[in-house]
Amino acid sequence: MDTFKIGGKELKSRLIVGTGKYPRKSMISEVIKSSGTEVITLALRRVDINSEDENILNYIDDSCVLMPNTSGATTADEAVKIARIAKAAGCGDWVKIEVIKDNKFLLPDNYETLKASETLVKEGFKVFPYVTPELAVAKELENVGVEAVMPLGAPIGTNKGLETRELIKILISEINLPIIVDAGIGRPSQAAEAMELGCEAVMVNTAIATSQDPPLMADAFGRGVEAGRKAFLAKNPQVKDKAEASSPLTGFLSED
Amino acid sequence: MSFKDIYSKYKDMELDKILREISKTRVEMALDKEYPDENDYLALLSPAAESYLEPMARKAHELTVRNFGRAIVLYTPLYLSDYCSNKCIYCGFRADNSFDRKKLTYEEVEKEGKAISKTDIRHILILTGESEKHTDLEYLKNCVKILKKYFSSITVEIYPMTTEGYKELVTEGVDGLTIYQETYDEDIYHKVHLKGPKRDYDFRLDAPERGLEAGIRRINIGALFGLSPWRKEAFFTGLHAWYLQNKYTEAEVYISFPRLRPFKGEDLDYIHRVTDKNMVQMMLASRLFLPRVGLNLSTREAPELRENLLPLGVTRMSAGSVTAVGGYSGEDSGVEQFEVADHRSVDEIKSLLLKHRYQPVLKDWEMLS
Ligand code: SF4
Repeated sequence: MDTFKIGGKELKSRLIVGTGKYPRKSMISEVIKSSGTEVITLALRRVDINSEDENILNYIDDSCVLMPNTSGATTADEAVKIARIAKAAGCGDWVKIEVIKDNKFLLPDNYETLKASETLVKEGFKVFPYVTPELAVAKELENVGVEAVMPLGAPIGTNKGLETRELIKILISEINLPIIVDAGIGRPSQAAEAMELGCEAVMVNTAIATSQDPPLMADAFGRGVEAGRKAFLAKNPQVKDKAEASSPLTGFLSED
Repeated sequence: MSFKDIYSKYKDMELDKILREISKTRVEMALDKEYPDENDYLALLSPAAESYLEPMARKAHELTVRNFGRAIVLYTPLYLSDYCSNKCIYCGFRADNSFDRKKLTYEEVEKEGKAISKTDIRHILILTGESEKHTDLEYLKNCVKILKKYFSSITVEIYPMTTEGYKELVTEGVDGLTIYQETYDEDIYHKVHLKGPKRDYDFRLDAPERGLEAGIRRINIGALFGLSPWRKEAFFTGLHAWYLQNKYTEAEVYISFPRLRPFKGEDLDYIHRVTDKNMVQMMLASRLFLPRVGLNLSTREAPELRENLLPLGVTRMSAGSVTAVGGYSGEDSGVEQFEVADHRSVDEIKSLLLKHRYQPVLKDWEMLS
């Protein structure tokens, strides 16, 4: 069976779901169920472990892997602090690094992200950096020892899909780590497209959370991701972009 | 370049005439843009744009949901003191109003903080009248120290300080600053602020920037709508937010639209009533111009209106407001600064939001120090 090996786990689902932006917190559990997701991201800044009703962890199934993110961090130092707080709060050792200095477009700061990743890998975290797709930085992240690279498909919340397609294709071909598209995916068909290209997983939040029926949309995304994965496998993972034409164009040439 | 330079550039333009002459076609153009500029913003604030409130509302709603989700952050205001050394004609705390003034003792701050935190709210806004003498930096720092035990985010609404002062507050754990210019019109500013340090227009105008220099993360600005014609006031407020967001890209910038509440002497000729429709137009125009800026809805508005305004771009609102010093633990209620129209408790506001399919966010920040 095609399992998704990541961060020392073997998962069935390749859809990662975020917990922000829902019309109510309790909806998360319905979304988890209908999408089949096994990895949940959550902003540590919004977790209140001291409150019965408000603690989002109470709505997340124990079988899910938590991926706390460092949203709110504007520097590597802050991201590192947030990751440590998350671990101390019992959120495990996976962490999605988000360092954003630009509140206008919410584009990640690759340089600070790299610095934070380096520190946290050394401290034993399983690090998932959220980046603008840039080959040089992705290579550095690979050297540093992160678990995956999470490039944006389009700016957070825009639902524009794979606007960075060409750059993501380059990362898939050059980086020996799972590439997980994070941000910008607005439709299940776009999630399927990312998987067809060879991404190992897709992370979705806004498009599910802000739809009219989040559990139904989550189901659709789960299926979109699965369909895309199957299409990728059917094509043969070895064959990348330069797929050969069906009947050889040079077939007329004789052997000698 | 400071904001004053931008302000000065527009101040002498005939904005009234420009606004009047904006055509419907120009409004449509602005409405169509993905990244509107300040001229588009002006068009959206024009009389011509009044015929486009519905399409503006649809776009504003869509932008808000995409950027902030179906979630609204709640905070509770806590009045520490009603001593004030200014004379603002529109405010009950003004220095020449005689009543028994009150300032919370540290024990009372602890008690009020504890009472508020029982509602699970983790964001607190602490306010004082503007008296440096009665609520000096030491006092404020000590209050912050106490409240830090109960809250993950502390915003201050106090007299404007120097960068150094703000830095000391940030070190104690303050992460938000609210400061309203009240009116961007300098002449009117001097007419309504009769006495006291608040008469220094420039020092107040640059306060948000000093705060951000000092490491404040969340800045909330606004004008007290009603003191001068609202279109211009909204224009300058938006420009100010835009300037701050461009210069301090890591900051979270918020705008509030407080409207003048009834007070004695409101027949004065510089009072310009702002209707609900006007209020809606400025909120929508701000959202379209500044899709990532937070909009803060004040308790000054009546419950029904607050509900109707929710989907138009609101991202933050207060809950459980008492505007008298000592109002939460139920003892020694002092005089109220202004009349609060929405007295509902945190639980009521929470269920109201849920009813409208909005998630009440009671914690959105983690103190790192
Ligand atoms: S508005 Fe503020 S500064 Fe003016 S009188 Fe009231 S409390 Fe004092």
